[in-house]
Amino acid sequence: MSDATYDKDSIKNVVMVALGVCFVCAIIVSMAAVQLKPLQVANKELDRNKNILIAAGLFKPDVTQISEIDTLFEQFTVKVVDLQEKRFLTMTEVIDAGIDVKKYDQRKAAKDPSQSIELGQQRDIASISRRARYSVAYLLENDGQVDRIVLPVHGYGLWSTLYGFIALEGDGNTVAGITFYEQKETAGLGGEVDNPAWKGLWPGKLIYANDKVAFEVTKGPVDPKSSRAQYQVDGLSGATLTSRGVQNLIAFWMGEDGFGPILKNLQG
Amino acid sequence: MSNSVKEVLFGPIFNDNPIGLQILGICSALAVTTQMSVALVMCIALTLVTAFSNLFISLIRNQIPSSIRIIVQMTIIASLVIVVDQILGAVAYDISKQLTVFVGLIITNCIVMGRAEAFAMQNPPGISFLDGLGNGLGYSVVLMAVAIIRELIGSGSLMGIEILPLVTNGGWYVPTGMMLLPPSAFFIIGLLIWALRSWKSEQIEEPEYEIGGHTALSRAM
Repeated sequence: MSDATYDKDSIKNVVMVALGVCFVCAIIVSMAAVQLKPLQVANKELDRNKNILIAAGLFKPDVTQISEIDTLFEQFTVKVVDLQEKRFLTMTEVIDAGIDVKKYDQRKAAKDPSQSIELGQQRDIASISRRARYSVAYLLENDGQVDRIVLPVHGYGLWSTLYGFIALEGDGNTVAGITFYEQKETAGLGGEVDNPAWKGLWPGKLIYANDKVAFEVTKGPVDPKSSRAQYQVDGLSGATLTSRGVQNLIAFWMGEDGFGPILKNLQG
Repeated sequence: MSNSVKEVLFGPIFNDNPIGLQILGICSALAVTTQMSVALVMCIALTLVTAFSNLFISLIRNQIPSSIRIIVQMTIIASLVIVVDQILGAVAYDISKQLTVFVGLIITNCIVMGRAEAFAMQNPPGISFLDGLGNGLGYSVVLMAVAIIRELIGSGSLMGIEILPLVTNGGWYVPTGMMLLPPSAFFIIGLLIWALRSWKSEQIEEPEYEIGGHTALSRAM
């Protein structure tokens, strides 16, 4: 600076520059966050809806347009499941519980002690430590009959919690599809839970045998001659722990502490 | 374009490559190079952040007190990174889902800090901006080269388009899982640096020390 009296290392200038930089940066960051928030929320919702549709087999990648998601999604009846009382809530109960089905965040609810329970070591098969009391379920109905039901599931794999949806046929037993929308497993190994070819093995498999979860992700390929083959899906090669994680999360969410009792009602 | 501008903008691509010669920014080069599309977004994000952080830091370089200069640089870089992360979340949601952790880590990427400290603090804004762009490009060239090798050998595809049909999809190619793990990038970058220095031998550094003679042997002589 040409100004001889200006001393950039003076305490006054240090404070001024520090405050000034913080102020300007704070404004820029908060402006970006506020301006872009609606777009981000919309993206997130679209992504979730897309995954529900994929699980239900209604969304065909490369065929279905992004713009069709909303219309396709409207076919679903969104219901709230009370996992503690093991039943669907009625409309009035949903309102009483203060749940907005469109915005309900099960992940946040699982952290809130008033809306969730701590699973003991014995019951916590999927390593999720807490389970929210309420969960959303997406039903596809046809003439008053449940045709398909899509349920959110999550559980721990090798590095991360896998979040996904599983779709079951109206009998509450036959798998219609599965998808994982959030996972950070090793790309190419555990990350293959996202592989369409692997997910394609799931439809038609059965979850329950004699009212117990019989479903398994095997180590290596399934022996098609085995009597248990209809309950088994090939494990992912090189990803034993992720495969086990997937099996555990199915066992948990299809079991007594998950959606098991509700699916049983569907069957009956 | 005058020679100095050209040098500042394109020099970092081969002659003064941030990864190849300066050995900066290796961490993210290991992490985000399993897929080309992800690596490309990372390159664009890093190039923009480096260019603009250089520009803004250079603009206030005469005001920044030297006692707090690093933290001022960090504040500016961190703000830019958050803005980039927010924009990605709004515009390219799918990619931001895969990249969001690493975008945050641009803050600690040595290239951004290194250029701010080494170049932008001494030079006027225009040329600093170009220096940021140039170094971003140099980083991008290496990152994309590594990503091409890793995606092709590790997943049999380029930009997500299948080139070598995989066994799992009914083809013939058994992918090399090793290429998808971070250590493989170490080898590839090492080989790239070797190739670069064989081509441009002036980049070979003087050895810092030489191994002395065998002591027992020299005593015996």
